[in-house]
Amino acid sequence: MDILRDKAAIVGIGETEYSRNSGISDVALLLQASVRAIEDAGLTPKDIDGIVLGYTNVVAENLMTNFGTKDMAYSASAHLGGASAVASLQSAAMAAATGVATNVLCMAGWNGYSKLRISSGMEGQPQLAISQLRSFEEPYGVFVPAQWYAPMARRHMYEYGTTSRQFGAVAATMRKHAQLNDKAIMRGNPITIDDHQDSRMVADPFRLLDCCLESDGAAAVVVTSRERAKDMRHQPVYIMGVAEGHPDFPDQIANRPVLTELGIKKAAPRAFAMAGVAPKDIDVAEIYDCFTYIVICQLEDIGFCNKGEGGPFVEAGHIELGRELPVNTHGGLLSQAHVLGMNHVVEAVKQLRGSAGKAQVKDAEIALVSGYGDLGDGSIAILRR
Amino acid sequence: MSQYNKPLPQITPQTRELWEGCRKHKLLIQRCRACGTLRHYPRIMCPSCGSWDTEWVKVSGKGKVYSWTVAHQAFHPAFIDDVPYASVIVELDEGVRLVTNIVDASPEELYIGMPVEVVFEDATSEIILPKFKKSSWLQGISSSQIVR
Repeated sequence: MDILRDKAAIVGIGETEYSRNSGISDVALLLQASVRAIEDAGLTPKDIDGIVLGYTNVVAENLMTNFGTKDMAYSASAHLGGASAVASLQSAAMAAATGVATNVLCMAGWNGYSKLRISSGMEGQPQLAISQLRSFEEPYGVFVPAQWYAPMARRHMYEYGTTSRQFGAVAATMRKHAQLNDKAIMRGNPITIDDHQDSRMVADPFRLLDCCLESDGAAAVVVTSRERAKDMRHQPVYIMGVAEGHPDFPDQIANRPVLTELGIKKAAPRAFAMAGVAPKDIDVAEIYDCFTYIVICQLEDIGFCNKGEGGPFVEAGHIELGRELPVNTHGGLLSQAHVLGMNHVVEAVKQLRGSAGKAQVKDAEIALVSGYGDLGDGSIAILRR
Repeated sequence: MSQYNKPLPQITPQTRELWEGCRKHKLLIQRCRACGTLRHYPRIMCPSCGSWDTEWVKVSGKGKVYSWTVAHQAFHPAFIDDVPYASVIVELDEGVRLVTNIVDASPEELYIGMPVEVVFEDATSEIILPKFKKSSWLQGISSSQIVR
């Protein structure tokens, strides 16, 4: 189970500006984030011999051509929607640890506001496991992720008494953290739980402030082997444990036996076993937050609290900076930017390097980052300095 | 009938019998001929036993509301006049669940466990969609009279 523990490390991170009007193509965004991550690692684009892509219509060949790559040893795609960014770390770690590739680039990004807004439907979006929905849900008016996940949230409210105000506690906390982050689109716009309650309903029970931002931007990381990582520019951030997990019937939600569990429930025990640590050992967590409820459900499924206790857990303030489990110290998708969760990976690395600025968790040694996407897929990585 | 501009199901070899059943006002669900497990949406293999041997069975059409969401904005232009509308997961008495609409209940009336039964709504001359209505014993009873 510990076959990959600490065998690979993140040695470079890069981000573009986060905005709603990048003015450049998806490929250009990905290249910009990638080049910054490569430079951060002290490498050049020609040193990259592995590429793992996630939720994008861009193919690795586009990037190789721009880099002038002579010998790309490994290219792969993680098909887990928003869980792809963290899942790509698993693929990169395997490639780097085995020597299949030396320097593996993982990236995510898009013009998620100026070009292809996911809230306006899935037409033109990268491939997801939703082909059945086209025939069996769209005729009944179900088109977008908010509508896919809202019935899961309603079941959680029904079964465990979770409340909309508890969703609001997630939204307000992410927004609070965003006030500390220079790159956060929602910096300067703090909100309260009452503001959340006053925001318009989008897909009941999801209000506007339950839904993440739509953004333009990209982020990237470079993964290499433990041996090489020691000699790189920055202190390595080791991948202690990493896993992906899929719910039962991953291509539909309605017939899933339990609607209140996500794929990460299967991945988390594997990641913790690989890492040799437990939830109590985590100093900071960057949790994929496409919707507030999805944070609450993941906190339970990862094991930070029991099933059904996620609502009270966030309402008690446990996920705020300075408390038991600081979550989304950068503001997350809800308040920093929607960069498909690669911004969560970058933030986890910053926390472990001690370069997270005003949102730095003191002496953070072990970070957890999660991904969530498609119709319930999950991914999880446990990182240490 | 006015022009129907909402999305329609794609009829494939895998789903043809379901939609033909709807045209005859029969709700048909796939059943594994080897182990008897019902499944929806239609699939090639039985996820319980792996058999490819499949039959279609008529189900009761009775079920209960399992969960739902209410769209307060139109995510597709054809639904602009419907907002706010509920998309509902109904659990059939036989156990499988469908995403559907309840034709005679406002979003405020919905509750988990609400008994419903299938109705068939003409979309086009080719396609008839299974939808649901409040169970006949609920007709004429206002929701405030129901002890949940």
